[in-house]
Amino acid sequence: MIAFQDVTKTYIGNGNRIIALDDVTFRINPKEFVSLVGRSGAGKSTIVKLLIGEEKPDKGRIIFGSYDVNKLEPKELPELRRHIGVVFQDFKLLPNKTAYENVTFALEVAGRPDKEIKEFTPKILELVGLKERMENFPKELSGGELQRVAIARALIHNPDVLVADEPTGNLDPITSQELIRLLLTINEMGTTVILATHNKDIINNLERRVILLENGKVIRDEEKGRYILI
Amino acid sequence: MLTNLSRIIKFGLQRFWRNGWLSTVTIAIMFLALIVFGGINLFNVLAKTALFSIQERIDISVFFKKTTSEDEILKIQSVVKTLPEAKSIEYITADKALEIFKERYKDDETIAQAIEQSGENPLLASINIKAYDPKQYQVIASFLEGEEFKNAIERVSYDERNAKMIDRLVKIIDTTKLFGLSLTAFLTLVAVLITFTAIGLAIYSSRDEIAIIKLVGGTNFFTTGPYIIEGITYGLIAAILSTIIIWPLVYFASPYVKNFIPEMNLRQYFASHFFIILFQQILFGIVVGVTSSIIAVRRYLKV
Repeated sequence: MIAFQDVTKTYIGNGNRIIALDDVTFRINPKEFVSLVGRSGAGKSTIVKLLIGEEKPDKGRIIFGSYDVNKLEPKELPELRRHIGVVFQDFKLLPNKTAYENVTFALEVAGRPDKEIKEFTPKILELVGLKERMENFPKELSGGELQRVAIARALIHNPDVLVADEPTGNLDPITSQELIRLLLTINEMGTTVILATHNKDIINNLERRVILLENGKVIRDEEKGRYILI
Repeated sequence: MLTNLSRIIKFGLQRFWRNGWLSTVTIAIMFLALIVFGGINLFNVLAKTALFSIQERIDISVFFKKTTSEDEILKIQSVVKTLPEAKSIEYITADKALEIFKERYKDDETIAQAIEQSGENPLLASINIKAYDPKQYQVIASFLEGEEFKNAIERVSYDERNAKMIDRLVKIIDTTKLFGLSLTAFLTLVAVLITFTAIGLAIYSSRDEIAIIKLVGGTNFFTTGPYIIEGITYGLIAAILSTIIIWPLVYFASPYVKNFIPEMNLRQYFASHFFIILFQQILFGIVVGVTSSIIAVRRYLKV
C-alpha cells in the first residue's frame, strides 16, 4: 500500500519558490494500475522522486508498506528502493554496461546469488523482447530498446511496485502501445503499476484508475478515468 | 559479503578497462606525480649522504706533549669517551703518526730525507675525536682546554679558523636539511593535488552513474567500492611504471652523482633498495588514489 498524506514540496529556482506538490493526498492499493496524469510540471515526477526517497517533502507523510519514507535514514533507502522498480524518463542506464549487465546489476547490488541471476535475467529479457540484443551497450540500442532494458531492470528483482515515469515520452505510437501492453501484463502478474504520463491517447484507452494533477494539486481521482484537459 | 566484495572488484576492473581512454589519461597524470615523489625520495637520500660525508670529515685532534706518558693519554681518552657528545675516538701514537706521515709523503724525497736525518720522531701522539653533532665540537674543545689537562696536552686543533669553518658547515647542513624538508613537503603536496584533481575529474564524469547505482538500490559501500578498486588500479599501475622509468634515469645519473658525492653509488643504492622503493611508490600511489576516489565519490552519494 502506498499513501501520500497532505504532501507539499517546493523548489527554489532563480530565487523564486516553485510549488511542485501542494497538499497532495491519495492512496494506492496493492496490485492496482494507476496513472498519474497532467501537463509537464504538474508534479508527476516529483511524486516518483518522493516515493523512492530521492527528495524529501516540506510537509506531509509518505507511506510505502511498512516504510515511513521521509523518516528513513540515508542508509535505509537502498532497502526501500529494492521493493520499487522505477523506469525513468531518461532511462538512467549505465553506459559502460551491456543490456544484460544493466539488468543483472539491480540483482547484484541487492546481493542475490549468481545462480539466481543467471536463471532470471534471460527470462526477463525475453518478457520485454530483448533477448537478441542483450550483449549490446546502451549506445547501440534504439529508444524503444533502451526503454525495454529499463523495464527489465525495474522488474528483475520482482518489486512490489513498478513506477514508470513518462515511459512513452521518447517512443513512436506503435512502440508506445506495445510498452503499455507490457505494463498491463506485468500488472496482471500481480505487480502494482504506477504510470506517470501526459499521453492522452494512452490513458483514454487504458480504462484504469487516473489521478489528474495540475499545478501540484490532485484535481481528480477516478476509477476507470479519462484524461480530460481543462 | 564475499559475493559483494568479488562483485565490487569485478565492477571496478570492468570500469577501469571499459573507460580505457580516461584510465590511460589518469594513469599518465599519476605517473608524473609519482616520478616527482620518487625523485624527492632519491634527492633526500643523496642530500643525507652528502651531509653525512661532510660531517664525517669534521673532527678535532688533541695533540699530547712529548712528556705525556701513554698511560696518561689513555686515561684522558677514557675520560673523553664518557662525554655524551663524543661519537668516536681514535688514538694515534707518535710512531703511528710518523708512519702515516711517511706514507703520505713517500714520493717527496726532501721530506723523507729530512726525517731520516733528524733521527728522531718529531710528531706528537694524538687522539681524533668525532662528535655526534658538529655543533658539539666547541663543547669538547672547551672541555679539553681546561686546567685539568694543561700539563698533558700540547694543543687542541680547534682554533678560531677551524671553528669558523665548522660553524659555516653547520649552517650549510642545517639550511640544506630545512630546504630538503620544505622541498619534500611542497612537491609531495603537488603530487597529491595533481592525483586528486585527475581522479576527481574522472569521477566527475561518472556522477550520473553514481546516482543511477544509488537509485537502483546500491548501498554507499557498493557504490563507492568499484571506484576504490579503480583508484587502487590507477595507483598500482602508475607506481610500477614510474619505478620502471626511474631505473634507467638512475643508471644514467649515477656516474655524475659520484663526481659530487664519492660515497654515493646511486646504481648500487637503487639495486639494493629496489623493492623498498617500489613499495614506497605503490603505497603512495594506492593511498593517494584511494583517498582521492573516496573524497570525490562522497560528493555525489547524496541521492
